[in-house]
Amino acid sequence: MNITVTVNGATHSLDVEPRMLLVDMIRRVLRLNGTHIGCDTTSCGVCTVLLDGTPVKSCTVFGVQADGREITTVEGLVHNGSLHPIQAAFKEHHGLQCGFCTPGMMLVGKALLEENPAPTDDEVRWAISGNLCRCTGYMNIVKAIQAASPAAQPVGATEGAA
Amino acid sequence: MYPRVFDYVAPKSREEVLGILAQRGNEVKILAGGQSLIPMMKLRFANPETLVDINRLPGLDYIEHADGHLRIGALVRHNDIVRSALVSAQNHTMAAAAPWIADPIVRNLGTVCGSVAHHDPEGDWASVMLACNAEVVVASSASQTHFHPGAEGTVTTGGERVVPIQSFLVDMFTTSLHPTEMVIELRVPTHTARGGGDYQKLERKVGDYATVGVATSLELDEAGKIANAGIALTSVSSSNLKVTEAEALLVGEPPGTDVFAEAAHIAMNACDPTSDVRGSADYKRAVVRVFTERGLAKALAIATAS
Repeated sequence: MNITVTVNGATHSLDVEPRMLLVDMIRRVLRLNGTHIGCDTTSCGVCTVLLDGTPVKSCTVFGVQADGREITTVEGLVHNGSLHPIQAAFKEHHGLQCGFCTPGMMLVGKALLEENPAPTDDEVRWAISGNLCRCTGYMNIVKAIQAASPAAQPVGATEGAA
Repeated sequence: MYPRVFDYVAPKSREEVLGILAQRGNEVKILAGGQSLIPMMKLRFANPETLVDINRLPGLDYIEHADGHLRIGALVRHNDIVRSALVSAQNHTMAAAAPWIADPIVRNLGTVCGSVAHHDPEGDWASVMLACNAEVVVASSASQTHFHPGAEGTVTTGGERVVPIQSFLVDMFTTSLHPTEMVIELRVPTHTARGGGDYQKLERKVGDYATVGVATSLELDEAGKIANAGIALTSVSSSNLKVTEAEALLVGEPPGTDVFAEAAHIAMNACDPTSDVRGSADYKRAVVRVFTERGLAKALAIATAS
């Protein structure tokens, strides 16, 4: 089936089988391997991408459903060669740890901050409750998301330029 | 994990969807949020030949207040309910349940109507709808005969019909929806200023099925007595269980801890939980009793708040 999707700002015309999962379309067809596959059962959240700006678990969406829509993956966070504030904050606050859950955590964090620019600890933890960190290092992830808020921007901007 | 091969269509109008259903409804599954259907397809428990994606249909994501009901369109996502000021003001059982559905990312896609149509026996929304005596609006363009337990078959010739939730839900993963029909809307009675409701849920982790869930709804009359009561249980029977005996006991009574305890006792005895990784049957029954009492108390607190 022929579809057109915009991924990280670039438009692609693709011929995909309807049963191809969005996560596989992103990884295997578009070769964007920053989006990970973890549980493959809608639980862990490492495959999270933004579909028209909204976080979705790409193991539980078919690629064809994205026809005509916009997808942002972790690769789309970098802007003009600089880290996005959320990436800079994860680096600064050691929010990556093993790095496996990071793409999902950062995209959910980005979506949260757009809705709520200064989230409390509880609000961040609530927002990332669909994302599992097997290092169980949630403290630094929460710190990083809060540090990436517009209120804490000077830190993020410095890091981003570095 | 990959589903079996299927045809995928994404119509842009309701007429097109109903036309496909009229032609080959038996082979079709409707894809709304897909957060229960796609996992089942990946496990090959569900193997539809055709998937009809209704996400391109305009005007199905409405939440409206009309004629004493909230009308929830087929493409309203769980998170739309979480964020809806109208729902928080008009139906306290729904408002309490919404943040407990799955996890925040799944709530972005999963739909309320889809959840009810899917009728996973451990789904939360069906209990909410049973406690609130909701109705399901279904549409079709084909003639068909409907059979309900204890009733003659009724023939409809397309259009819409409104089905009480109790006749809609038949058994686990089974509803009275005809293969040529689609769910268009849920109509959920609103709470008045003298009404309240709650949803209590115990889960091992965010996104897990309920160990136990209890939906409650109360309406008081002008004298302060219970005019209407709803109690429905999740994950403690083969399907969501409306505890009509406990509801009947409450109606006409002045609300209070003693009568709530009695209703909770009936609910505890009415359910039939199984022992599993989430807890023993005895434990779950005990939680049903406690949650029913707490849920009724919370509903009363809302109903009597000025």
